[in-house]
Amino acid sequence: MTAHNDSPFAAILAEAQRRWHDLTAGDRPWIRVGTGLAGEAAGGFEVVSAVKAALTEQQVAANVSEVGTLGLCFAEPLLDVQTPGGPRVFYQRVTPQIAESIVSQHVAGGAPVAGSAIGYLGGGGAAPDGIPRLEDHPMMAMQRRIALRNAGNIDPSDLYQYIANGGYSALNKALTEMTPQDTLGQVRTSGLRGRGGAAFPAGVKWGFLAGNPDPNKYILCNCEEGDPGAFNDRGILESDPATVVEGITIAGYACNANRGYIFIRHGHNQPIDRTRAVINQAYELGLLGQNILGSDFSFDVEVALTGDSYVSGEETALMEAIEGKRSMPRYRPPFPAQVGVFGMPSNINNVKTLAYVPEIIANGGEWFAGIGTPPDPDNRINGSSGTAILCLSGDITYTGLIEVPLGMTLRQVLFDMAGGAPKGKRMKLLQTGGPLGGVLSASDANLDLTLDFDVFRAAGAILGSGGIIVADEDTCVVDLTRNLIAFCQYESCGKCFPCRMGMSHLLEVLERIHNLEGTNEDLALMRNIGENMQAGSLCGHGQLGFNPVSSALRYFPEEFEAHILEKRHTGECPDRVFSPRLTRR
Amino acid sequence: MDDATRALIDNAVNNQPQSTVTVLSSLLAVEDAIGYIPPEAVAAVATRMAATVNDVWAVATFYPNFRFDPPTEHRIEVCWGPSCHVMGATAIIAAAQDALGLSDEGDTPDAKATLRYNTCLGACAHAPVMAIDHHLAGRITPDAARDRIAAALAAPAAH
Repeated sequence: MTAHNDSPFAAILAEAQRRWHDLTAGDRPWIRVGTGLAGEAAGGFEVVSAVKAALTEQQVAANVSEVGTLGLCFAEPLLDVQTPGGPRVFYQRVTPQIAESIVSQHVAGGAPVAGSAIGYLGGGGAAPDGIPRLEDHPMMAMQRRIALRNAGNIDPSDLYQYIANGGYSALNKALTEMTPQDTLGQVRTSGLRGRGGAAFPAGVKWGFLAGNPDPNKYILCNCEEGDPGAFNDRGILESDPATVVEGITIAGYACNANRGYIFIRHGHNQPIDRTRAVINQAYELGLLGQNILGSDFSFDVEVALTGDSYVSGEETALMEAIEGKRSMPRYRPPFPAQVGVFGMPSNINNVKTLAYVPEIIANGGEWFAGIGTPPDPDNRINGSSGTAILCLSGDITYTGLIEVPLGMTLRQVLFDMAGGAPKGKRMKLLQTGGPLGGVLSASDANLDLTLDFDVFRAAGAILGSGGIIVADEDTCVVDLTRNLIAFCQYESCGKCFPCRMGMSHLLEVLERIHNLEGTNEDLALMRNIGENMQAGSLCGHGQLGFNPVSSALRYFPEEFEAHILEKRHTGECPDRVFSPRLTRR
Repeated sequence: MDDATRALIDNAVNNQPQSTVTVLSSLLAVEDAIGYIPPEAVAAVATRMAATVNDVWAVATFYPNFRFDPPTEHRIEVCWGPSCHVMGATAIIAAAQDALGLSDEGDTPDAKATLRYNTCLGACAHAPVMAIDHHLAGRITPDAARDRIAAALAAPAAH
């Protein structure tokens, strides 16, 4: 730690470390319960209530924290108990009844309940009987946790816990030892590419804003995250929002900006509440606001909410939404670095991109650049540094949120880590990068693809936001394609005619094919519609909106032919076609 | 409109905690406070934001968050995004419609509950997912959906 003893940060750090010591090595056990969105869906809040009731009833003293997600979503509600100085023992699929027995046997009695445990972490060699190391679980063993370093470990609403685990040392380092140019230089050196989908180099993008002399400049953080199957942005904000708040502050310093917005979809309460909580504490501790840590740098951050709109993920549509308007993309130029939100120069980053920034500044750009895949100019591979933060859902044994080094293969992720398709079924396809990413067959060639932005692009898929939905042999490709297009149709903002009408028309054709009423001309008709959407739409929604169909036709032409020519279903087609008709008025 | 509702609208519009106040943030605040956007709220937002009533309607009708008549007692949401679809959302939607006596999304005739389709409730790892009065429930089966809806209907109003 480089802080001098009399520096403003040293005092904050000392207080944070004192509090952390009390929690982990004080006189009472610490119980942490996963209450992210996956934890909530599995009943995490009921477990918290049951734990508190059992502690009161059995008159046991313990600290209880609601944490985000460790990423082992399949095992939620995940509860862990750390006795003073001992290991953390993790319990999976905890019910209120199991929670009660954990309190009486482990918290009060000191004897871990091996039957419900999934693993333990730490504890200095004192291994609990009959419980494996959590690091040995396949979903944990191959991870490289940078952005997720604190997820599931700290109370996301308590900024001191973040600071005690190394938080804000990077901002302190930047403000006391580095110029804004040095800071930007480290991000350039790191090779960090934007994690929102386009994979544009973050340092270059920041440079556009840094070069603008306007005194009022904004940094925007996009957690709109409407991609079904992608929950990593929300996962970070509900588990460790402070890393994003520190990251956006460092971005502000590097770009000489003075205001930041973190933009979250209305109704996602854990990310919203927890981000607001750490922002408030950052102001109280002088880590946001005027003259941060006694420096000349001042920066404000606030959470802005959007209504439900997938297109808000597009950067100029997001700016419209922050301004409180219908979130429709703007024409470019002018580009956001010249005219952005409220007419001010702006720079927009994904949550994951900003979540890496504190560790990049703390450890140096070279360190980050050393993780991932190197450039290969002969094959138009630009190199992808750092990690991939992946969300696994669908027909897969272990669902969850994992962070692995770029360069691993899909096969390693889906089989070695996540255990393949359950019930002995054959994995049929993957849906990656959100609905616009289309589908990828689970062929040997595709499973051998390495996690790399350009390798994926060359294969006709998008690594993008990191969502991977797995479908097994029972899934009908025509039906899934119809579902993806129904989503794209519902979420079209309606600004561009080719997208607005094209999506509706595609959906109509796909429903016809699904209902075994397709004609021989339908495939050519869909291609025609798709070409027009691609040529005539302003943003990626329309430009990429044909991807679900084109990729499905590329990998699974026989399923469309079976529906059209042989009038038979493939896989488990539901009898009822369900495509919501409600669109934006 | 009664005075109490009007006071809730005025409070929501005029006392927003964040420093950047917009037409959208004001509408979301009203929706959070009273569960719908009556014409009086549109007028109040227009006044607060120095916008026209047309501008406010344009925003309110763009986002599916808003409804324009008083909410029913319970809100049932079922996700139909691709993760949930792969894991059987179609059957969950059918079960929810069946339990509520509906053939599409909307309000039940007795105004006890509203069924809404949702494109992503955010707990994809626990697909299929539904939400009852804004509380998520994952790995739902058609029977579990029916049971949870029956329990919600028997419980007091969420608002």
